[in-house]
Amino acid sequence: MQDNNILLSVRNLSKSYAAHKAVDDISFDIERGSIFGLLGPNGAGKSTLLRMITGIFYPDSGSITLDGQPFEGLKNTAMIGYMPEERGLYKKMKVGEHILYLAQLKGLNKDEAIKRARYWIERLEMGSWWNKKVEDLSKGMSQKLQFVATVIHEPKLLILDEPFSGLDPVNAEVIKNEIFRLAKEGSTIIFSTHRMEQVEEICDKIVLINLGHKLLDGSVYQIKQDYKEHIFNLHLSQPAQTVPADITVLERKDNTLRFQLPAERSANDVLLHYIQQQNNILAFQEHLPSLNEIFIRLVGNTPTARPFDSN
Amino acid sequence: MKTGIIIKREYLTRVKKRSFIITTLLLPLLFIGFSALTTYLTVKSSSAKTVKIVDDSHHFVNKIKSTKNIAFEFSLSPLDSLKNQLKAGEFDALVYVPAFDIQQKQTVNIFSNEQLGIEVENELSDQMNDQLRNERLQSAGINQQQYEAASRSTLTFENKVGQEEKKSNSAIASGISTVSGFLLYFFMLLYGMSVMRSVMEEKTNRIAEIIISSVKPFQLMMGKIVGVALVGLTQVLIWVVFLGVIFIGFGSMMTGKIDAQQATQIAQAAQGSGKAEMMQMISTTLGGINWFSIAGWFIFYFLGGYFLYAALFAAVGSLVNEDQQDAQQFTTIITLPIIFSFILMTAVIKDPNSGMAVFGSIFPLTSPIVMMARIPFGVPTWQLLTSAACLVLGFIGTTAMAGKIYRTGILMYGKKVTFKEVGKWIFRKG
Repeated sequence: MQDNNILLSVRNLSKSYAAHKAVDDISFDIERGSIFGLLGPNGAGKSTLLRMITGIFYPDSGSITLDGQPFEGLKNTAMIGYMPEERGLYKKMKVGEHILYLAQLKGLNKDEAIKRARYWIERLEMGSWWNKKVEDLSKGMSQKLQFVATVIHEPKLLILDEPFSGLDPVNAEVIKNEIFRLAKEGSTIIFSTHRMEQVEEICDKIVLINLGHKLLDGSVYQIKQDYKEHIFNLHLSQPAQTVPADITVLERKDNTLRFQLPAERSANDVLLHYIQQQNNILAFQEHLPSLNEIFIRLVGNTPTARPFDSN
Repeated sequence: MKTGIIIKREYLTRVKKRSFIITTLLLPLLFIGFSALTTYLTVKSSSAKTVKIVDDSHHFVNKIKSTKNIAFEFSLSPLDSLKNQLKAGEFDALVYVPAFDIQQKQTVNIFSNEQLGIEVENELSDQMNDQLRNERLQSAGINQQQYEAASRSTLTFENKVGQEEKKSNSAIASGISTVSGFLLYFFMLLYGMSVMRSVMEEKTNRIAEIIISSVKPFQLMMGKIVGVALVGLTQVLIWVVFLGVIFIGFGSMMTGKIDAQQATQIAQAAQGSGKAEMMQMISTTLGGINWFSIAGWFIFYFLGGYFLYAALFAAVGSLVNEDQQDAQQFTTIITLPIIFSFILMTAVIKDPNSGMAVFGSIFPLTSPIVMMARIPFGVPTWQLLTSAACLVLGFIGTTAMAGKIYRTGILMYGKKVTFKEVGKWIFRKG
């Protein structure tokens, strides 16, 4: 049953706080070397789910399999790098000291920790920071520091909860490129966010959860295919004189046309219609829904945030 | 292993802090400075005085010795002119001794412009009465040695306590009790609060979640508690060394000043007034106290009491959110037994073997302070062992309970926690 290509497998995971279910019967698999998006609005249960995967919380029921072995909380800590959404640092410590401390807690010996800390500090252009006090860093700078502390022990599974919050565009780009590079080098990355547009750009596969339930699961491409509404954008050389019989025009402006086709019809029929009219086709593209649109369509009429666990 | 890394960080960040160095050095200096100041002020207040004596009886001329604070001068000038000089403030007091019969009672007048204080009167009374007594003894044919041999007090008293009939002295025992009880009170509150503040900082700072993705919450909690305990021991050690240096320095200074001749003089002088017995008694009682046993038990109750309360303080720290007012109700519950033990201690010193004292010295929440107060008076072995065992069980219990509260509390944000919920966390399995 175990696919060797699966790094993390979550089966029927549930966790309740007193009266309500924060995570309710969620299952998914994550392939090695993939960037996996965990999506959901605030309070959907993302943080609780991640805390179970990192061994901070025990699930009420269900199982987690990591690298083919049943997950054993802190024994697997060296394999996991976790950057929580709510993250802080010891303000009075120096940057270098702080990285070394967290690296040693992950099981690195001191020499190795120093070597790798220097490598990462060089890499993220934090060269002069080693003896700076953490309290003197800007928010963006401490984000970078936290990122280094998360990846320094080269975890197989990297869990990033809202990694870009508080980062300026330049540093966000730096971190994003590092995430891509780590994935290329074989790390598996779980990327949790409530900001859908980041996911489309970064993730291979996603799970969408709301109110503790799994709503969607699959590759970004497949999901968009599943939720497409056969809407097309057409750019012509002249304004369209006529439209084919059974299409619904959604928008018509100068030389462009947005229309919806019945599922069984081919778009080629529409193109043929204009080609025969000697109206040149300049651009033609299917309009796929954004994840945000799909999400809103799915959860539109439910309250998206719950009072508890909304941090 | 990882707990070791945490202990190291907790210890080093605290010991390296400027405030640690300052309090460690400043507290004893303040203490010494304060005692020096009070001594100086008491000495200073009795400024040197000049007292002129007119002796018409001729018993005392040039036989009254000046002291450090009082210079006695004999004068043959007429009384009236001396009185004018006194009024002009040329000296502080004038004593007129009329001619009198040494077998009869006689009043001597001391004239002064302002209140003189008791010192001049005491000094004159001692020296002049001694002189008269010697003269009376001589006229009765008794020499000084015969008199001293006859008037020596030969009975001394010793308290024998318990079956071993240990020498004890209630005053000294009370002193030791008060000092050790106060130190324990101070340490448990000070270091317990320090643990609590640090846990609160980790929680509000949101570093806790990063740390406990690497170690168990319990390891983080224990690492902190042990780290702070080591800081406390370091501080105590520094103070002990400090005190040792001062005592040795003070001791050699004293022995350097007093040569053998002076020492015998002091001894002789002391013997005459019966002070020797007193001094001997104090030194034998101090020697009779088992300092090693007291120090050993002090460290045991210091660590035991600290661990018991530090775990509770850590739990409280984990319950607090940004709103520090929440902490108040929980902190009060924990500090109450400490304050109560301190109150109980004063009662225990008065009656170290009352039922209340025995209970208080065995019940783990009060035993560190109360038992430490009883130990200098002597405590039956079974009570000591029961108390020690209860304290060990007590801190294992509070640590386990605190661990459960801490584990949930440290990740609980933005929500006010009620006692009921905390109760649930404690009794929840796993």
